[in-house]
Amino acid sequence: MSVADAVQEAPTKSRTERIVNDFAIQVATVNGSGSQTANLVLLRSIFQMGVPVSGKNMFPSNIAGLPTWYTIRASAKGYISRKKEVDFLVAMNVETAKEDVLTLPPGAAALYDEPLKLNELRNDVVFYPVPFDKLINPITTDAKLRRLVRNMIYDGVLSKLLSIDMGQMEKALRKQMGKKEKAIALNMGALKAGYDYAEANLPKLDPFVVEPMNKTDGLILIEGNAAAAIGCMMAGVTFVGWYPITPSSSLCESLIDYLKKYRRDPETGKATYAVIQAEDEIAALGMVLGAGWMGARSMTSTAGPGLSLMGEFTGLGYYVEVPAVIFDVQRVGPSTGLPTRTAQQDILSAAVLSHGDTKHPLLLPASVNECYTMAMDAFDLAERLQTPIFVMTDLDLGMNTWMSPTFEYPTKPLDRGKRLDAAKLKELENDWGRYRDVDGDGIAYRTVPGDGMPSYFARGSGHNEKAQYSERADDYANNLDRLARKFDTARTLVPKPEIEVVRGAKIGVIGYGTTHWAIVESRDELRNESKIETSYLRLRAYPFTKEVFDFINTHDRVYLIEQNRDAQMLSLLKMECNVEQFAKLRSILHYVGLPIDGRSVTEELVKQERGQ
Amino acid sequence: MATEAPVQPPAPGKKINRIGLEPVAYRGSKTTLCAGCGHNAITERIIDSFYELGIDPTQVIKLSGIGCSSKAPAYFLNSAHGFNSVHGRMPSVGTGAVVANRKMIAIGISGDGDTGAIGIGQFVHLMRRNLPIVYIIEDNGCYGLTKGQFSPTADLGSTLKTGVINDLPPIDTCALAIELGASFVARSFSGDPKQLKAILKAALSHKGTSMIDVISPCVTFNDHEGSTKSYAYVKEHDEPLSEVSFVPFFEDITVEYEAGTTKEVTLHNGGRVVLSKLSEDYQPTDKMSAIRVLHETMARGEYATGVIYIEPDKTDFVDMLGMVDEPLASLPQSKTRPGKQALDEIMESFR
Ligand SMILES: Cc1ncc(C[n+]2csc(CCOP(=O)(O)OP(=O)(O)O)c2C)c(N)n1
Ligand code: SF4
Repeated sequence: MSVADAVQEAPTKSRTERIVNDFAIQVATVNGSGSQTANLVLLRSIFQMGVPVSGKNMFPSNIAGLPTWYTIRASAKGYISRKKEVDFLVAMNVETAKEDVLTLPPGAAALYDEPLKLNELRNDVVFYPVPFDKLINPITTDAKLRRLVRNMIYDGVLSKLLSIDMGQMEKALRKQMGKKEKAIALNMGALKAGYDYAEANLPKLDPFVVEPMNKTDGLILIEGNAAAAIGCMMAGVTFVGWYPITPSSSLCESLIDYLKKYRRDPETGKATYAVIQAEDEIAALGMVLGAGWMGARSMTSTAGPGLSLMGEFTGLGYYVEVPAVIFDVQRVGPSTGLPTRTAQQDILSAAVLSHGDTKHPLLLPASVNECYTMAMDAFDLAERLQTPIFVMTDLDLGMNTWMSPTFEYPTKPLDRGKRLDAAKLKELENDWGRYRDVDGDGIAYRTVPGDGMPSYFARGSGHNEKAQYSERADDYANNLDRLARKFDTARTLVPKPEIEVVRGAKIGVIGYGTTHWAIVESRDELRNESKIETSYLRLRAYPFTKEVFDFINTHDRVYLIEQNRDAQMLSLLKMECNVEQFAKLRSILHYVGLPIDGRSVTEELVKQERGQ
Repeated sequence: MATEAPVQPPAPGKKINRIGLEPVAYRGSKTTLCAGCGHNAITERIIDSFYELGIDPTQVIKLSGIGCSSKAPAYFLNSAHGFNSVHGRMPSVGTGAVVANRKMIAIGISGDGDTGAIGIGQFVHLMRRNLPIVYIIEDNGCYGLTKGQFSPTADLGSTLKTGVINDLPPIDTCALAIELGASFVARSFSGDPKQLKAILKAALSHKGTSMIDVISPCVTFNDHEGSTKSYAYVKEHDEPLSEVSFVPFFEDITVEYEAGTTKEVTLHNGGRVVLSKLSEDYQPTDKMSAIRVLHETMARGEYATGVIYIEPDKTDFVDMLGMVDEPLASLPQSKTRPGKQALDEIMESFR
């Protein structure tokens, strides 16, 4: 079939309006085909044109050959959560092409590899066939290189069709490739071939265009894991014990790169840190606790399966009172689940991880900037509270590319917590007890080996204020009560929620983590489409602070929106609510392995309100 | 090691060591283990060794897992920090601790269940890393604390008090440690104070992993006729590999061993281990003969005791990490938080 035929079949009349800077492009490929460069160049070019973007990778748990989708959303309004509908499909994967096309909304556009003949599938979508193989042949004779740069052709075609500036494409490509001039030349060749082909053969029939704006001035594009790594380095981390697991590996891997570069002693060139790849997550946390007990700023990062393995040691850290920072980049479980998909499914298990009466502070970053700042908060809190602190991010935040203002250099000095020193010891009249609450905040003074202060015996078995072995009822209960008091102190120290109260709004919405971005969009939709006004509280930590309960008190109905099946955060909240508060709480849940989108929130909230 | 500490003038009539401390400074809380338990005897030898070497107890960290044996760190060196961790996981806690402060001397106490069963994975990796630590297995062939079940070092054919026969072969932790990369591997018997103390002192002077398997009968659950780790059995089947005499460089001891029968190994701090060879061609620095001796004695139902293997100059794990000399744990903010310029440069790379 000729190009002209394909074009004729497309619905030339369906959409004549222009849709500027408000659509989602989805690139469907197989993993291992080298499409990541082309996708990031596309994302970055739009970003460089000043248009707010977000990029989300839906990839399989596999190294090569399975379907992958990369979605780029351009949004003049700055919405950066996933957009439910795909507006422009780039169909490169034979296996999924048919379904990818059939699920497009009417009026969407599809660019595809010509031999796939996708245009025969429906007539309410604009089709752009592109003969990739024919176009790539003149560019290089090397079969491997052809495969790698082939994807740049769709960038070229899109540049023409969507009016994305070719100069920006080249700039983005250079940014992506660094100084590899030969590779740049090859990729530019493919990019240009796509552009020229589109110019000569593909008249514009869809409404989507990118127009320059100025909404990304001064912003950066970064993944949450890299942001967290920068935060850890700035927090003065000195010990890292870790075990690889998707989606957390890139956190420690970027950290290793930064540490190598920025954390060498200027005089000796030696490392001011240690990173150990442990034999498993049990050992990783064991090492972190050993180092934390010694006084190091120590951390690990993991995902659900690793978190499960860390259970016993987390309880030890809680009871012996050793600082530790644990990043949980959440993915879909149970078990191996969908290891490359996102979720907020470890909230409940992290909050009470281990046996016995345990509870742990959780920090809940929603943005890459918070990955950075909360990494620093986590180390300070761990040493201040002398306990394991969890930073609960997720795959969406950790591994996808997000816009952000540049990170601010920390002005607050490191908080090394309550450490016994000679002056304090004198003040205590030489009568120091490792677990004695002298300040009434549940936090005792600690010593570390080698600091010249009195020693103590750290043990997971029952102990008294002096850290001596004890099975006495009063020693046990007093200690456990003090730990509860310490948790109440944590309540006053963890980051407070971010609250937007809308006057007259009867409905309150609570969210946390990446769910935030869908809520932002949904609240606009609710206001504009359904005249529903909502107030909003974004949780930034557990334990819940007073503001959370005040928020519930001042609204009639409160929806807690999260990405798991069992309303995990809601369950934690209900544990602390009174009867009236309890009765106001509703739940909106999303657990399909894809990041939550605004539309889904809106539909569910409206539905529940109607059933009111 | 605090070998440079100044010698204090002794108070008249008091027994003190070279850093002026009395033996009592090396004691711990009163033991709560059964009377006659081999673990107690080992504790006594640990106390003797630290005292005689004149190691400052405040510069020591004591680590353990869970079990009767793992309770032992509470019974020696009261002024040292201790960490009684979780079952089988002392190696990881020890790894983090030793790396965080390379200046401290680490001693880890484990049991044969703690090491050979639940903790075998961490044990393997500790040996492989050659972490500088003295790692002692108090080996009674059973689980003491949970009341007498077989452990993975119980010998084939040995019986429980209840008459149950063990039909699985034992794990030889010494052979395993040698194979995996530990650079000082020894076996001894809780009831042989002279040899045990000499080995402990040598181990404390070695840089790298010193793994000592000490056969330590459990008088309550495993000291009966069918047990191959009972006092009676071990006394009869103990084959001293070599006489060990440890000579720290600050003690001027002349060794009275006939020329040709001793093997001297110099340790990192200048101390030397002198091994009296019983077997003509035994080479403690030769991996192959070490493994062979273990297999041969094992086949005869005997325990080779003594220092079985030493690799004195092997690079240890802490050195491999290329860290600053100061303990990581006490680095000031000026060394751990990069300047604003670093952050600016990183931010620029994401524009
Ligand atoms: C995770 C876990 N599982 C089981 C136990 C129960 N437990 C405590 S000590 C022990 C065995 C100890 O045997 P061993 O290490 O040989 O030491 P011994 O008491 O013989 O000195 C077991 C199974 C535990 N504490 N933790
Ligand atoms: S039960 Fe056995 S191992 Fe435990 S203290 Fe008693 S004798 Fe020792």
